[in-house]
Amino acid sequence: MAGFDKRVASYEEAMEGIEDGMTVLAGGFGLCGIPENLIAEIKRRGVKNLTVASNNCGVDGFGLGVLLEDRQISKIFASYVGENALFEQQMLNNEIEVVLTPQGTLAERMRAGGAGIPAFYTATGYGTPIGEGKEVREFNGRHYILEEALVGDFAIVKGWKADRYGNVVYRHTAQNFNPLAATAGRITVVEVEEIVEPGELEPSQIHTPGIYVDRIIQGSFEKRIEKRTVHGA
Amino acid sequence: MALTREQMAQRVARELEDGFYVNLGIGIPTLVANYIPEGMDVMLQSENGLLGMGRFPTEEELDADMINAGKQTVTARPGAAIFSSAESFAMIRGGHVDLTVLGAFEVDQEGNIASWMVPGKLIKGMGGAMDLVAGAENIICTMTHASKYGESKLLEKCTLPLTGAGCISRVLTDLAYLEIKDGAFVLKERAPGVSVEEIIEKTAGKLVVPDHVPEMTFVEE
Repeated sequence: MAGFDKRVASYEEAMEGIEDGMTVLAGGFGLCGIPENLIAEIKRRGVKNLTVASNNCGVDGFGLGVLLEDRQISKIFASYVGENALFEQQMLNNEIEVVLTPQGTLAERMRAGGAGIPAFYTATGYGTPIGEGKEVREFNGRHYILEEALVGDFAIVKGWKADRYGNVVYRHTAQNFNPLAATAGRITVVEVEEIVEPGELEPSQIHTPGIYVDRIIQGSFEKRIEKRTVHGA
Repeated sequence: MALTREQMAQRVARELEDGFYVNLGIGIPTLVANYIPEGMDVMLQSENGLLGMGRFPTEEELDADMINAGKQTVTARPGAAIFSSAESFAMIRGGHVDLTVLGAFEVDQEGNIASWMVPGKLIKGMGGAMDLVAGAENIICTMTHASKYGESKLLEKCTLPLTGAGCISRVLTDLAYLEIKDGAFVLKERAPGVSVEEIIEKTAGKLVVPDHVPEMTFVEE
């Protein structure tokens, strides 16, 4: 890689350095905007004992769900899981540790991780099982709990377009957790539908500035739809 | 007669105001979108990062990159904005959403809500519900008044793990519209043909019954 050229030639190169026991932050909401091919590469490599932070854990045979097949994930931070039978089975057998995290707290934990903020107070979860054992402080008569930032050894991100400098834009609601994960990876890998020439992306429209991004690769995507709902159906 | 799901959605829709930003939960709350009064402009927020959710797409418009928080394919209306999950929850947690409508398993007279977890059953997660109840000033909780076994869901104290503490002030059930004030449910309206006695019988928490409890009216659609 020369200078600011973040492009890598293969998925193997894109995930170079991932090892057993690492923490991986993943973008995506349900099956929307997930880094399909980076997940497939993690599966291919067979690394185990991963800690994953992602809003969901995919479905049977797709998304992060494929990493369950060979028991590659030992711990997951997520707000909503259990869309797949394998996940339920591993959760019930205590083969996977699930840290249920409110969706906004999960997003903010990643954002904080990327922004150098070690922890933050939030009202979300106060007085619920989520708040148990956490520091509580009162500000202006309201109670808040302390939540810690999340950072990853790797962040895996799905973008729409990027340039070789690693500037990324996302398409529609496929944005979701992607720009947050992108800021909080020690190594941030972004796969996109199209790599464009520098200058083609409008600077003020860029969602993830290249400073956060280490590796860029162009891929092709299945983009499976989880709940197909149409007008007048 | 107990209200139908559609009637519950219709009743909630009367609490909408022109210019409101509204987050609708899954289930009955989603149906509220069908009853936004003519001439009123309401912007629907979907917590995966969409402000200005439109109708479902046609086959031609169908797009895997365009979904709502329920993971259904949707469209964006003219004037919509799309953003990250952190931005979305900044709106929610920062109290910028004017009205939140969501379902629950139990609500109690202190305004506590339980909606995400039944111990002993498989736990799928709270999604954005804890953020929504902690962030909104104005929440309407929709649920059936009693379980199918006749057990009240309006309690003195929630028995299930909480989603939020002291955050609910309005509840619409299939039998009644109630407010929560000073540690009690206050009966404001009853479903057509439902007696005050039936509501008293099916409310386990402390219930304040005013001298006059008007009956809800619905025009035939």
